[in-house]
Amino acid sequence: MRVRLLDIAHARSGDKGDTANVGVIANKPEWYPLISRELTQQRVVKHFAGMLTGGVDRFEVPNLYALNFLLHGALGGGGTLSLKTDAQGKVYSTAMLRMVLDVPDDEARALGLPAA
Amino acid sequence: MTERVVRVAGGQGFWGDSLDAPRQQVENGPIDYLMLDYLAEVTMSILQKQKERDPAMGYARDFIGAMDSVLDAVTERGVRVVANAGGVNPPACATAVQAVARKRGKSLRIGVVTGDDLLPRLDDLIAKGHSLAHMETGEPLQAVRDRVLSANAYIGSEPIVEALTRGAQVVITGRSTDTALTMAPIRFEYGWSATDYDRLAAGIVAGHIIECGAQCSGGNCLYDWRNIPDLANVGYPIADAYADGSFVITKHPGTGGRVSVATVSEQLVYEMGDPHAYITPDVIADFTTIHLEDAGPDRVRVYGIKGSAPTDKLKVSIAYRAGFKAVGTLVYSWPEALDKARAADGILRERLERLGLHFDEIVTEYVGVSATHGALAGEAPPDIPEVQLRVGVRSDDRAMVERFTREIAPLVLNGPPSVTGFAGGRPKVEEIVAYWPALVDKSVVQTTVEMVS
Repeated sequence: MRVRLLDIAHARSGDKGDTANVGVIANKPEWYPLISRELTQQRVVKHFAGMLTGGVDRFEVPNLYALNFLLHGALGGGGTLSLKTDAQGKVYSTAMLRMVLDVPDDEARALGLPAA
Repeated sequence: MTERVVRVAGGQGFWGDSLDAPRQQVENGPIDYLMLDYLAEVTMSILQKQKERDPAMGYARDFIGAMDSVLDAVTERGVRVVANAGGVNPPACATAVQAVARKRGKSLRIGVVTGDDLLPRLDDLIAKGHSLAHMETGEPLQAVRDRVLSANAYIGSEPIVEALTRGAQVVITGRSTDTALTMAPIRFEYGWSATDYDRLAAGIVAGHIIECGAQCSGGNCLYDWRNIPDLANVGYPIADAYADGSFVITKHPGTGGRVSVATVSEQLVYEMGDPHAYITPDVIADFTTIHLEDAGPDRVRVYGIKGSAPTDKLKVSIAYRAGFKAVGTLVYSWPEALDKARAADGILRERLERLGLHFDEIVTEYVGVSATHGALAGEAPPDIPEVQLRVGVRSDDRAMVERFTREIAPLVLNGPPSVTGFAGGRPKVEEIVAYWPALVDKSVVQTTVEMVS
């Protein structure tokens, strides 16, 4: 089943220099293991292909049912140097939530995931 | 006997935040401390420029109005204020606050924290072998030394605790960390030692949650955003801190917004780096130990936080002149709006090329189509109603950027049709003041607390 990340998680992003951070939080604690399994470092690198000049770091924050990603080289130089509308990476959060996951039907049903 | 609690209210998330929030925090219910955070990364350099023009300036001027609005609460009800409004000139900030108090016939005991300003000592520090290398690139500060505008060490809770111990009703600092402004009063009230790392870390986490004002109490919250009530009357956050290091995030009754596990979680991940090591001058907080618990309507209990010994370095916020930029915009309307905007961008770039203008960077965005999400936004729907063409350039050469700003307006008459949205006139050339984060040995930074009344 196709599941939109937007329907099972929320997110907030911020900046540090030319790095954007995106924290992704499961809408329900029981959805966190699935999100943690699907949102691998490689998956996120692929998702943002062409938008970053640097790499991606991934951190697990299971106590908050969250993952934190650092997207390096995401902000066109960052801060005041950047010419981008989103110079501070404020909406990289929703860019991340555009991801669509392929979840086995049984698992999706058992977890009560909303279909895309 | 009820358990002792220290109430720290956040009333400002950055310089430019709600002017009314500080007053509402002292008027809508009881609090012990009002915490006001005014400083973002580039704020110090703006303040430094103001101080160069007028030696009596260089602090967050909004704070003077805020103090006027909360003066009665401070002098009559014992609310104490902790703010990093001093910017690059805390003594001048204190003088301005005293003037307001005097005019109202009140006397105030103000603690002024200085010592974070490294600008006058910069050459000496470099000569002594402190390279102040850029934390990301490793480049030594010498590379931009002649363009440095300000340099301030991020300082921790110690001087604020000292000011409170000496009876300050208002504590004004320069570049204190945002989180220390919250942790320090809690630490002072409970007498936590410099090695009580778990509790200090808890105070830091409380600070991180409330330092962005309403961003933890319903503002900018994606989760269930439609149903967050009455943001027009949003309540700013309060941390109710207990002696064991646990605390409850809440807001005054009758205010709008929401405090929930979701709103607090979103703020906790905001600007997060490595969650295992949130480094501050006082303690390293481990965000993977934070536990959140729904404790009733608009109440979230936070507990279990672990911390460890800090490093022997302080982060330094350095600002330097880094060239010039300008951004021009035009709006193209249906039909074929996006094609027209793209054609205009092509024409503009050809003209810039012909003029011999070369920029360090030139960025074109189509606002309404792909400006924020790039290719992730997918193909634009067919024949959208309108799109904003947004072109920015950056160069060390001011004249080149200036010339660019003259090439936007002509497009209205000599470029593709159905163009509007140029009421603002020529784009403004802005000097770029960029941020240079560095580390310095803690031992070279000595803070001083001066009491004025």
